[in-house]
Amino acid sequence: MDEILEILAKDARRTPQEIARLTGKSLQAVKKTIALYEKDGTIVQYKTVINQDLAMDGASFVRALIEVSITPQKDVGFDYIAERIYSFPEVVNCYLVSGSYDLLIVVEGDNIQTVSNFVAAKLSPMENVRQTTTHFLLKKYKEDGKILKKAPQRKRLNISY
Amino acid sequence: MHELDPRLKHSGVTNIKEKMQIAKRVQQLAPSGIRAFFDLVLNMKDVISLGVGEPDFVTPWHIREQAIFSLEKGFTSYTSNKGMPELRREIAQFLERRYGFTYDSEEEILITVGVSEALDLAFRAIINPGDKVLISDPSYVSYGPVVELAGGKVVYLKTDVHNGFKLTPQQIDEAASRTKAKAILINYPANPTGASYTKKELNDIVRVIKKRNLIVVSDEVYDELTYDFEHTPLPSFSGLKNHVIYLNGFSKSYAMTGFRLGYACGPALVIAAMTKIHQYTMLCASITGQIAAKEALKSGFKDVAEMKKEYMRRRRFMVTSLNEIGLTCHNPEGAFYVFPSIKSTGEISLDFAKNLLRKKKVALVPGVAFGKSAEGYVRMSYASSYENLKEAVVRIASYLNKTISVENE
Repeated sequence: MDEILEILAKDARRTPQEIARLTGKSLQAVKKTIALYEKDGTIVQYKTVINQDLAMDGASFVRALIEVSITPQKDVGFDYIAERIYSFPEVVNCYLVSGSYDLLIVVEGDNIQTVSNFVAAKLSPMENVRQTTTHFLLKKYKEDGKILKKAPQRKRLNISY
Repeated sequence: MHELDPRLKHSGVTNIKEKMQIAKRVQQLAPSGIRAFFDLVLNMKDVISLGVGEPDFVTPWHIREQAIFSLEKGFTSYTSNKGMPELRREIAQFLERRYGFTYDSEEEILITVGVSEALDLAFRAIINPGDKVLISDPSYVSYGPVVELAGGKVVYLKTDVHNGFKLTPQQIDEAASRTKAKAILINYPANPTGASYTKKELNDIVRVIKKRNLIVVSDEVYDELTYDFEHTPLPSFSGLKNHVIYLNGFSKSYAMTGFRLGYACGPALVIAAMTKIHQYTMLCASITGQIAAKEALKSGFKDVAEMKKEYMRRRRFMVTSLNEIGLTCHNPEGAFYVFPSIKSTGEISLDFAKNLLRKKKVALVPGVAFGKSAEGYVRMSYASSYENLKEAVVRIASYLNKTISVENE
């Protein structure tokens, strides 16, 4: 991966000036490259990883992993069915996977009821969906390579040879 | 102390205080003039520290996990004096794989408690009273004292910023012929200057080493942190292995400083002598550390590459920023230190360090700690988070009555 992308993937707040300093590239070149990535969709979005358990202020919030089995039909590939499913705003992640089912989706809602309703009313009745299995998420430990629990501070001596 | 021992009251020894004198050899060791400064730093809170000589990464999990597993399984005993045979074999294979030279794992490799112990053993094994050893000035703090403790005499070779703090072949040749030195200590990439040598530069040095028949103690513990060219270890030069005691360890490459694990490779005769001292003084390195080290060599390559990439960016950031605020800084080729000149401030390095600490709470190591030639310089470690480095640079700029805008134009 390009070094500029590596830096931004770790911390999207790095400014072009900082990236120029870190990589030895010119400011102009960094800005141009980033603009290019934004235009061609390599950079999709700049977002913040939030520990929902701490941020929701007691408001309820549930997530479910749903395994979706699909009956492929003539002239209708996985992409088409996936698009119909991921277009629902409730679906926050959608992956095509190998194995005993086809799509793995993550659905978010205010409570168990809303997620169940989504499955019952929207997902299951779709004509190509053969079967669904819903797993409600109990706790997130790690997301996008980040451990959500704050690590205790490690002690290094302030000075050593 | 004598009051605690009632037997002494009735013995002829009445004045233990007189006897409890520190040995001259130890008294004569150069006092660390900056010990007081170190204490000041260690006792101060909320300091941004660029004074640290160890990685800010924690030992990679798969290595720690292996150490935990070994404890669970009850691996808590002594190992063979030389170190676990599996680890020695792993080192031999690693060197072959990484650099294309190798050592016999039975006869030519010794596992030590860090490179620090290996250094001590190497000099104690080869030095007779009065033997001369060539060492670069500036250099890592323990080199001179270790040679002196072994009874040797240090001949310091001054280096300066004009050749990137590197020893030159001419300089080594001249000093070796003038002093009849027995050995030379080479450290690259170097602490504190970050200086390292290309293969071409080493070729010229190797020629002098052969010509003057020098033993080389080569401390290459920062080898994996070489940024601008490939690191070439001394034992890889043809016909040089008989001259070289090669030292390396796990502290810097795998962020394992607390495990205290290093190794020495060299001619069987020298390794046998070092092992003799090691078995009496240390017995063996810790088994937990040895097991962790084995894991590091087996599958730590990716960790090293990741850390190196991160260090490289921080190095660029530091060199660019320091030059921008008027602290002239050469581009260090390795390790994780920048070594800027502070001559423009008019302060000596210890004053600069003290004042910066007091006024801006930034800690660094005054150059003078590493030798007379390093007066006018300070060592800053960039083994610290980018956020820390950024804040430190801003504070140093403010100490110099300058401003720097890191994030915006």
